[in-house]
Amino acid sequence: MQSMLHITTLHYLVLGAALFLLGVIGVLTRRNVVIVLMSIELILNAVNLNLVAFSHYWQSMPSRLGGGPTALHGQIFSIFVITDAAAEAAVGLGILIAFFRNKETVNIDEVNLLKW
Amino acid sequence: MAPVATPFFFYLLSALMLVGGILVITRKNPVHSALALITTLLAQAAIYLMLYAPFVAGVQIILYAGGIMVLFLFVIMLVSIDRSIKERQFNSQWLIGVVAATALGGLLIAVYTKGASLFPGGPVTVAAEGDNTQRVASLLYGQYMFSFEIASLLLLVAIIGAVVMAKKRI
Repeated sequence: MQSMLHITTLHYLVLGAALFLLGVIGVLTRRNVVIVLMSIELILNAVNLNLVAFSHYWQSMPSRLGGGPTALHGQIFSIFVITDAAAEAAVGLGILIAFFRNKETVNIDEVNLLKW
Repeated sequence: MAPVATPFFFYLLSALMLVGGILVITRKNPVHSALALITTLLAQAAIYLMLYAPFVAGVQIILYAGGIMVLFLFVIMLVSIDRSIKERQFNSQWLIGVVAATALGGLLIAVYTKGASLFPGGPVTVAAEGDNTQRVASLLYGQYMFSFEIASLLLLVAIIGAVVMAKKRI
């Protein structure tokens, strides 16, 4: 019970893992392309949560190990991941529009031209 | 100011995030999924605040909940969803997908239980407060200058790619 009430880095990591798994299930099982893209956003958010949690943990480390209050590298990395997510969403949704124009559907099972 | 009632808010926000995530991957209507995803993103922004990352929390709200999700809703508006709602929502590999995700979850649980000793149990104390944005900026424009420029190039490529993809005739 005591470990439940002390919120440590591990709690944030477990939350990130749960969110990541939800995203993986969504990517693997859904047929609607829009929801698959949203699941990818869930995965990227789980990664961001891990990065920020580790950044917070790292700030309490001694400076000789590279920690200390200025060690915000995880937050910087999470900003880069957010940039990446924006680029991915823009290109992915552009591809989705092109796909919908060609096939009149948003079902990802119809994208089978390269399927063996 | 020290955070108050951290466990309560942590569990509240985690529950919000997980319920939102479950709704994202189970709803038929993509609009409902998008709204659930916005809930998840806002709860996550609050969790960033609990982790002393106010700048990332602001970026999360403005860029994710305000930018990317609006893009999603516009695309949902452009593609007609009437037909896809009536179709089967999960593909024939849903069992394999769930099994693979469970295996991955087991792996993560194993790693975290093995590595629990790596993370000390005490509450983390942070001296820096109030100048988080300043520190992020000095890192971003100092040590990470090159990555920053590459990220801007990536965004340029994404803009051109999105415009080319959405053109009538490629």
